[in-house]
Amino acid sequence: MDALDRRIINELQGGFPVCEYPYREVAERLGCTETELITRIGGMLDDGLLTRFGPLFHAEHMGGALSLCAMSVPQDRFEAVAATVNDFPEVAHNYQRDHAMNMWFVLATETRAAQQVAIDGIEARTGLQVFNLPKLEEFYVGLHFEV
Amino acid sequence: MSAASQACLDEGFQELDRRIVVAAQSGLPLDPRPYHRLAAELGVAPERVMERINAMLADGRIRRIGVVPNHYRLGYVANGMSVWDVADESIGELGRAVGQLDFVSHCYHRPRQLPDWPYNLFAMVHGRSREEVEALVARIADLLGERQRQHAILFSTRILKKTGLRLGG
Repeated sequence: MDALDRRIINELQGGFPVCEYPYREVAERLGCTETELITRIGGMLDDGLLTRFGPLFHAEHMGGALSLCAMSVPQDRFEAVAATVNDFPEVAHNYQRDHAMNMWFVLATETRAAQQVAIDGIEARTGLQVFNLPKLEEFYVGLHFEV
Repeated sequence: MSAASQACLDEGFQELDRRIVVAAQSGLPLDPRPYHRLAAELGVAPERVMERINAMLADGRIRRIGVVPNHYRLGYVANGMSVWDVADESIGELGRAVGQLDFVSHCYHRPRQLPDWPYNLFAMVHGRSREEVEALVARIADLLGERQRQHAILFSTRILKKTGLRLGG
């Protein structure tokens, strides 16, 4: 990652134009060429420095349902339960965290009803309680990582 | 325009919007004219695609267009979910105040699950080390003062699964 990569990351966390030649417009602001910008973005995606480039959709506004769920999994069953939970395609992310409530996953479904079906399925297959913590209000989302 | 033809138009937009989302969710084409490229894939006019993307930006279905950096690779290796027990009647005011802090990436009101889970305010904090995250969380504690009854930081120790959120085609 060099100085131009850093400037591209900082610039493109803010937004990207919607016009015929958007890369050209951004390249002019950054003082590089359109081709160079496209190549750099592609390179950083391939390299894993960027996880995504494109429109970031708001799942609930698109009509989908998201929820954060937590489980308290006994340590000696942790790996097996993780495999069972991850097996559900509705589970988008799953993190281990250092707390009695040690497994935290995001359920992404097209409807609320499908969300409940997934929760019931996870409880049935693991024998553990799933604490469903859907967001009631969003105060802020978005982070600018200055690099 | 009659109500019926307006409804028909809305439905047509929704169908096109969904096709645009499905086509773009893996990423914007790395092509000098990315919206024209999407339009060609979808078989619609580029102007329509840009107009619908602008409409989705305006109504919040698209949060923004841009890059998502891999924060681990940028050195932000510590990820602490700070959780707070605050009075429900003041959560709006407190949540907005915490959400405005520049180091908080996500801030939500979520339900308690008593007696197992007493926390109703969630604020995600990223840092280069656990110590840095703990110092940032201490700033939230200062801001909330006596209005928070208890709090905890849940550091992530392992990513067990991470896939994008995807709409089906």
